Amino acid sequence: MLEILQDFWLQLLIGQYPKGPLGGLVMTLILAVCGLLASLPVAVLLAIARVSPYRWVARSAAVFVNCVRGMPLLMLIFWSYFVLPKLTGFSLSGFWTLLAALVIYESAYLSEVVRSGIEALPRGQIEASRSLGVGYWTTMRKVVLPQALFNVLPSMTSQFVSTIKETSLGYVISVNELTFAANQVNNMLLTKPLQVFGLLALIYFIVCFSMSRALRSLEWRVRRARAMV
Amino acid sequence: MSFLTNAQLLSMLEGMLTTVQLFAICWVMAFTLAVLLVVIRTIDFAPCRWFVDTYVEFHRNVPLLVQVLFWYFGMPELLPEPVRMWLYAHNAEMSLAAIALSLGSAAYIAEDIRSGLRAIPATQFEASRALGSSFLQTMRFVIVPQAIRTSIPPLVSRALLLFKNTSVAMAIGVVELTYRAREIESETYRTYATFGAATIMYLLGSFLIMFVGSRLYKRYRINTGAGHA
Repeated sequence: MLEILQDFWLQLLIGQYPKGPLGGLVMTLILAVCGLLASLPVAVLLAIARVSPYRWVARSAAVFVNCVRGMPLLMLIFWSYFVLPKLTGFSLSGFWTLLAALVIYESAYLSEVVRSGIEALPRGQIEASRSLGVGYWTTMRKVVLPQALFNVLPSMTSQFVSTIKETSLGYVISVNELTFAANQVNNMLLTKPLQVFGLLALIYFIVCFSMSRALRSLEWRVRRARAMV
Repeated sequence: MSFLTNAQLLSMLEGMLTTVQLFAICWVMAFTLAVLLVVIRTIDFAPCRWFVDTYVEFHRNVPLLVQVLFWYFGMPELLPEPVRMWLYAHNAEMSLAAIALSLGSAAYIAEDIRSGLRAIPATQFEASRALGSSFLQTMRFVIVPQAIRTSIPPLVSRALLLFKNTSVAMAIGVVELTYRAREIESETYRTYATFGAATIMYLLGSFLIMFVGSRLYKRYRINTGAGHA
């Protein structure tokens, strides 16, 4: 295992970067960060729609969220792989295809997180703000969202870890990320699949485990800040 | 947009059948294993606790696809030659995917059961023992019935995730719904019809699980006296 790491660490880290496309662990992390950042605004809008006083807005947002939650991510990836080029007329790279699927999938899950944050706020907050003459959107922007988003920070960060894991599905449509790079290494060596895939699992474990541990301290800080209010 | 022929639709239904089979097998295996893990965790011997904690953390921090690839490409290497030959002659993809999926889900289910158990005050256990019930009787009539009830919502969402995650098995060539959809798409180029049909089948399965889950939840909800819904 150590030999493989010694020989191929650069490829597992950045793919064929200087000579070819960027890939490997760095690409996995870029995908996860972009996926989460891009899905956050969509998720917030969806969450606002779900608590909307207009029933049809709330209903349609709920239908969208439940449909995405009922579909495998792999199915969404294939949808964006085959349908996006047809719709837009461009041939998209694997990166954008996977990113599009991730954003749709993550925004549905993240919107549930944000919604739970909004619903956990005491009704009095909204009522007080509205009765002081503040408009609906200003109330959302200045009163509800800042508190709700801060309170669900821990769940959002654990969503980040699961996004890292989900990017591995890009392997199926040959996106240049960590799993894909490991598979290339495996094809080069041919005789050591146990070591290569064991190493791959270990790399993911180290990245995700240390990240979720680091985020746990964040969770503790949020809890403390909430308790002081 | 053109529609699918009966033969193609039938072949997709066969794929769906495999998906459902894989889901059912994995759910039973994962649940059994999870109960076992929870029991091992309660043994008052540190290595037992370390083992279960490592098991859970490992499976929660490694992408499912990587686990499946590891089992499919790596693990057979460790088996003796005759066993490996036998396995490859008898649908190795399916059994190895089932093992990988079950082991992965078991980690999550074990955590769900454990937090269900932790939600029950220790005084209940003590009271039951003080009244002369044996350990097993206490478990059977007092602790487990309550723990199962509080664990129903997380267990249902876990079942839903497992159902969707079976699609990952297509990466190693298990002929399930996603695999079939992909196959028919590449033969006919009827992108919308094939993926539309596959999506509808997945959604029907998912909505069924969600529906059964909400029924179970209502039926077995513990009446705490708070609210009369």
